[in-house]
Formats: sequence, C-alpha cells, structure tokens
Amino acid sequence: MKRVAFRQPSVIPGFRLTFSFTIFYLFIIVLIPIAGLYFRTFDLDWNSFVSIVTGPRFIAALRLSFVTSAVAALFNVVIGLLIAWVLVRYEFPGRKVMDAIIDLPFALPTAVAGIALTAIYAPNGIIGSLFDPFGIRIAYTSLGIWIALVFIGLPFVVRSVQPVLQDFNREIEEAAATLGARRIQTITRVMLPTLLPSILTGFAMAFARAVGEYGSVIFIAGNIPRQTEILPLLIVFRLEEFNYPAAAAIAAVMLTVSFLILLAINLIQVWSQRRFGLV
Amino acid sequence: MELALKNVTKSFDGFTALNGISLDIRPGELIALLGPSGSGKTTLLRLIAGLDFLSSGQILFGDEDASAKSVQERNVGFVFQHYALFRHMTVLENIGFGLKIRPARTRPPKSEIRRRALELLELVQLSGLENRYPSQLSGGQRQRVALARALCIEPRVLLLDEPFGALDAQVRRELRRWLREIHDATGHTSIFVTHDQEEALELADRVVVMSQGRIEQVGTADEVYDTPNSPFVYSFIGDSNSLPVRVDNGQIWLQDRTIGLTDPTAPNGPATLFFRPHDIELVEGCGGCLAGTVVTSRRVAGTKHVELEIGGAQHRIEVELPIEHPAATKSRLAFRPKRWKVFSAQEQPVYHTSPAPVPAQSVLLQRAAV
Ligand SMILES: Nc1ncnc2c1ncn2[C@@H]1O[C@H](COP(=O)(O)OP(=O)(O)O)[C@@H](O)[C@H]1O
Ligand SMILES: [Mg+2]
Repeated sequence: MKRVAFRQPSVIPGFRLTFSFTIFYLFIIVLIPIAGLYFRTFDLDWNSFVSIVTGPRFIAALRLSFVTSAVAALFNVVIGLLIAWVLVRYEFPGRKVMDAIIDLPFALPTAVAGIALTAIYAPNGIIGSLFDPFGIRIAYTSLGIWIALVFIGLPFVVRSVQPVLQDFNREIEEAAATLGARRIQTITRVMLPTLLPSILTGFAMAFARAVGEYGSVIFIAGNIPRQTEILPLLIVFRLEEFNYPAAAAIAAVMLTVSFLILLAINLIQVWSQRRFGLV
Repeated sequence: MELALKNVTKSFDGFTALNGISLDIRPGELIALLGPSGSGKTTLLRLIAGLDFLSSGQILFGDEDASAKSVQERNVGFVFQHYALFRHMTVLENIGFGLKIRPARTRPPKSEIRRRALELLELVQLSGLENRYPSQLSGGQRQRVALARALCIEPRVLLLDEPFGALDAQVRRELRRWLREIHDATGHTSIFVTHDQEEALELADRVVVMSQGRIEQVGTADEVYDTPNSPFVYSFIGDSNSLPVRVDNGQIWLQDRTIGLTDPTAPNGPATLFFRPHDIELVEGCGGCLAGTVVTSRRVAGTKHVELEIGGAQHRIEVELPIEHPAATKSRLAFRPKRWKVFSAQEQPVYHTSPAPVPAQSVLLQRAAV
C-alpha cells in the first residue's frame, strides 16, 4: 500500500498541530460563513434565483463592479510598479515619507476616503472643476468609481513588488547589458518576467479588494441604477429590504466569479513559479 | 583582439581604487589578475567591460578607444562569480539571449541562434540540458552556462570575475582545466580574476599581481614565482620566509653575524631577506650560514615542514626537509638559502608591506548580496 506523502520529513516538530489548527481556523473564519451564504440562496426557488441573477440591474452592476475593478487593478499594476521602482532605485530626500504615504489608503476609513474623493472630484471640487468645463464629469460616473478603486488598490501592488525589486540582483542587469541589451530590453525581457509572480499577487489583491469595496465607492458613485451602481451596493439594498435570500444570491454569484478569477491568477502564478524555480 | 590599458585610474568619492594601471594584453592571451581582496581586480574588470567609467586613463580595444563606449557597444563577454543567469529562461534561451535581442538588421535567424546555442552547449559539455531552468542545475553547470552565454555573442574580450569562487574545491579544479581547454579552442583574449594563486599560476599565460590598486608584477607563472620583484609578491605568492637583515658592502648580516650571502648590488643599510622554505640546503658546521633551533616539525604530504627559531628566539621561519631527516626538537640546524632576495628598506614604499585595506562594508555587502 502506498501512502500519500503529505509532508517532507522535517526536524521541526509541530506539523500535526499547526496543520490541524490551520484547517480548523479556515473553517471557522472563512468557510462556514461562506457556506452559510450559499445555503441561504436555497431559500429561493430556481426561477426566482434565475430572475435575480439575470435581471438587467444585476447584470449592469456585475459588469460595472468587475470591469472597473479589473481596469483599476491593471492601472495600479503600472503605477505601482513605477512607484516601487522609484522607491527602491532612487535615493532622494523624503523617500521614507513617500514610502509611508503609500500605506495611507490601508489606514484611512474607507468612508472618509470616499467623502474626500467626492469633494475633490465633484464638478465644483478642486480637480472636478478643472474637467467640468470640458463636459467631463468624474464624480457620480464610472470614472469616479474607478478613481476610488485605484486609490484603495495602490498599496497592494507597491507592497508586493517592492521587496522583490529590492532583492533583484544588479549583476543580472549588468549581465544583460554586457550581452548587448539596451535598458528597455533589460526591463521588458529580464526584469518584468522575474517580477511577474509578485505583480500577479499585487494585481490579485488589488482586484479582490476593489470588487468587495463599498465605503469609498458609494459616495463618489452617485448610485444611479444600471449606470453607477456597484454589486455590493445592490446587496445592501436587498438587505435593507430584509430580502436576505436575494442578497445571498447576489453575493453567491459575486463570490463565485471572484473565486474563479483569483483561482486563475493563482494557477498562473504556480506555473510561473515552477518555471522560475528558486535561484 | 589586442587590449591596452593606459594609466587607468579609478576613484570612488576620493578613494583611489585603481592607481595608474598600464598593461598590454596580446591577442588570444589568457591573463590572470591575482591579488588580495580589495586590491581592485573587480573594479579593473568592470572598467574594461564598461560597467564602470574611468576617472582617467585610456582603454584601447585594438587601436580603438573603448573608454567612451557604452557597455552594450563594447561587445565583451562577462562571467560573474554568482553566474547571474536569467532564471526565467531555459539554458538554451539564456545562451541565445545576446543574439536574440539584437536589432533585426544584425540578428541571425531563429534557427541559426538555436544552432549556435546548441553548439556552445556542447562546447561547455552540457548537451541534453538545454530545456532546464537555471534552478535545476548545479553551481558548476550554471557557471558553464554563463560562460556559453558570454561566448555566444563572439566577444572581443572575455572577462571572468572569480568564475570559480563560489564552487567547491573539486569542481573548481575540474573547471579550471576545462576553462583552459575552452580558451585554447576558442582563442578569445581573456582576463580572469582570482584571489587563488594556484588557479592563476596553473591557468594563465601571464599573471598580473595586484595590490592596493596597483600592479606589483606582470609575468609568467615561473617569473612571478621564481623572481618576485617586491616583498609583497614574495610573500603573497607561494610560501616564503622573511628575515630583517643589514647590508654592508654587499655582505648580508643577521644581527651580529654574516650569513654567508652576498649581494654586491644591494645598497648599504637595513633590508629584508626573502627565501622559500624549499629553496635551502643544509650545511655541516656553520661558518657563514643561518642556524636555528627546531621548534616543531610536521609532516605535510611528502616533506617535513620544520619550524626554526633563529637569532635567539626572535624570528621564526619554516624550512622543508626530506622526510627522513630526524630534525628532533631543540636540535640545531644550519642551512643556507639557495635562492633568495634582499629588498632594501629604502626601496620599499609603504604600500608594499602594509596589510591590504579592509574594503568598505557597504561595498562588501553589495557584492555579497546575490
Ligand atoms: N562602487 C564602489 N564604491 C566605492 N568603493 C568601491 C566601489 N567598488 C569598489 N570599491 C572599493 O575599491 C576597492 C577595490 O575593490 P574591488 O575591485 O572589488 O576589489 P577586488 O575585486 O580585488 O576584491 C575596495 O577597497 C572597494 O572598497
Ligand atoms: Mg572582486
């Protein structure tokens, strides 16, 4: 009989204990509440479930939430990479301060962020008033939602890329240069592929956070049905109507989609890590 | 390609890491830069590659001034101590990288790049591993890949910075012989850095001994070993003994006795006598010789290493004797160096004898962080 090797033999004791605890903890904190959510949707019969999750308002909110979150996370990848680069590679006065500022979106209560962003980007706000004459509205449009999601997602990318960039061996860049690679080739062909796993991590976290974000978005979104109404808001509406099964149904679909996307990102990561190994 | 360094100087914020280095390297020559840690070997190599820029002086590739050219334009092969392979690329992709990134105008077709990379893989004896990633290779194999990658661009000069420094002794010796073979097969002008004298003496056509940012001596292995031209080279390469002596009209005195050696060219005054432990002959009775009391004797492989106290316990030296010599402790031994050299005290600028400076901590960390 062949036993499945669950773990490598190790001199460090405590595997059984830590492993059991981890499983137990995940059950209590994550899995049971989520399972409850799915169970709750069974209060609905199939037809009403289908009509909720195919209704135009739901579809519009679903698309808005996921598309805006993805675009915001992508944008954060670009800007976050740039910021991480500047923080790691350049010495300049105020670098430590700038480094600390990155984390502010983590710390700020999201409602405060929402109100502040709305004040700034509203047609009469500091930035909003610059765009208003050209007929560009930021607050109360999906553009405003996008800005809020960019704001809350930034730290994730910076913080996941920064340590990897910090450890990046200068000699590898120099090796590329001696082989004739121009700066841009070194970045795109040598550095970015190496940073890819951490970029994916940052993207996944920023994206997941954006999909679930509520506080900072509802103020700036304007919440016009089918236009600037995000999924979490739709859930809140249902809850306020004490329509728990409908709220659970929306949440279940949202969770499933999120889970599939995160799983896909994870698989890409596993694949790239296996390729790169651990040099 | 011929390579010429003309009065190359490099300072880092006021610290002179290289001070007036001049050297001509012949086409196809294999040169070793040998010196203690911090003597400027890596700095010199990086200047030649264009990874750092000169403070003053000139570097000529053939009759072309390379000093002003960028690293990309210089077309040098550089092998780093810690391999610096691209870990997201297979062995084959690593080797072909230098060709693949060329502008379309000068880039060989894909099939040609592949053919060439495979050919190099065979040269470095790694055929069959082309689809591995660097993480799946041993240290020695990685360094072979790094060398193949450097060779793939047909470099005008091949530079290797302690290429075997991170490998264990066995693999080192193997790769050493193999590097020589590759060099003879490809004929690239090559410079490799090492702080291991055995490596330098065995491998190189000529050895450049460096200390504190200067060249101490340039010569073949025989020349630097048999006729060191400074106290530094004498003590850095091979084992040597040194004794403080005095020169008086060509006669060499240790304390109040002549020791039977004469050097008519040496100026009068204090000096240091150097000789190697194995370059001695035992003499019977002592009318003008060195004599000492045996302190310890050890057997090392095929010879006996005997430590002696000379001149009333003031100086300790070591000599090598045949294994059958009794050399009992406390017994007296008289001998005369067969090959030796005196360096007059006035001839010795301070930098010859002071210990090598400890490199700045930050630089050490930077280099070590790999
Ligand atoms: N980037 C640098 N900044 C400041 N000092 C440096 C730098 N690189 C090298 N040095 C100094 O130059 C000297 C020679 O260094 P290096 O060429 O690395 O020596 P080696 O390779 O012979 O051990 C050392 O004292 C080192 O501290
Ligand atoms: Mg070095």
